[in-house]
Amino acid sequence: MQQNKPLALRILDGISILLIGITTYLALFVAPTEVTMGAVQRVFYIHVSTAWVGMLGFIAAVIPSIIYLRTKDMKWDRIEVAAVEISSVFFFLAIVLGSIWARPAWNAWWKWEARLTTAAIAELLYFAYFMLRAGIDHPERRANFGAVYALIASVSIPITFMSIRWVDRTLHPVVFGVSKATSEIEMAMTFDMVKILLFAIFAFSIVFIDLFWNRIRLGDLQDKVEQLKLKVTS
Amino acid sequence: MFFQEATPDTSGYMIAGYAIAFIIMGIYVTSLYLRYRNLNRDRAMLEELDKPVSEVEATETKPKKPVKTVTKKGRKK
Repeated sequence: MQQNKPLALRILDGISILLIGITTYLALFVAPTEVTMGAVQRVFYIHVSTAWVGMLGFIAAVIPSIIYLRTKDMKWDRIEVAAVEISSVFFFLAIVLGSIWARPAWNAWWKWEARLTTAAIAELLYFAYFMLRAGIDHPERRANFGAVYALIASVSIPITFMSIRWVDRTLHPVVFGVSKATSEIEMAMTFDMVKILLFAIFAFSIVFIDLFWNRIRLGDLQDKVEQLKLKVTS
Repeated sequence: MFFQEATPDTSGYMIAGYAIAFIIMGIYVTSLYLRYRNLNRDRAMLEELDKPVSEVEATETKPKKPVKTVTKKGRKK
């Protein structure tokens, strides 16, 4: 993968690794221990950041989908797939980390409450996106269906984000903004916690950009190979 | 104050969380690397197949050495 890799991307790779390392250090050794939940609360910094990156990518995939449907340029289809793929991985990670955090906090790995249910539906919708694409052989039809599907699936993201703000009763705490619901976990975040959380969100955003760039390059190469295959077999 | 519970020891869950986070991210980055490497191999192979036949022959055939022919004159009786 190092072959013909732009220098800027190599630098970004290095910065991303460094930022992940700093975030882990800050979360594990610098952040204060939460009194009621203990050490497991440190998972929160990665959980929120991965959820943020997941949602960011799903929403970002809307832009190339619209541009593809207007221009029919396959480049935009590759960008859309890259965004959805990375976001699916990070959103899955956010759900798994949330479950690990929930076990000692709620005494259960999973509860069918508003945030968890909507997040699970959103993730399954995006898994289905890849199944849909895998089922269509014709590249243009695949891109068309993929773009329309990505647009429809993106509706699930604001619903997931707002779910705990709309319902009256929820287990999931609201980190940003106010909620009318009363959560079972009341998190009183200190200023240090907020600073580290914001740094973690920034770090994972950079990681997302880095992976996004790498994934787009992979898509471009995939396209070249497909074209060569057609040329050789014809 | 007397009824305040001690902070629970949940460090096992924390370690599990970070381990899983790094494993999943590692698997994804490895998958990106492997897919890119395999596609590069495929591209090299397809480009080789796509070369015109004359070009392939020119690169594959080596200059032939002159073959010594044995004639009747050269034979000892």
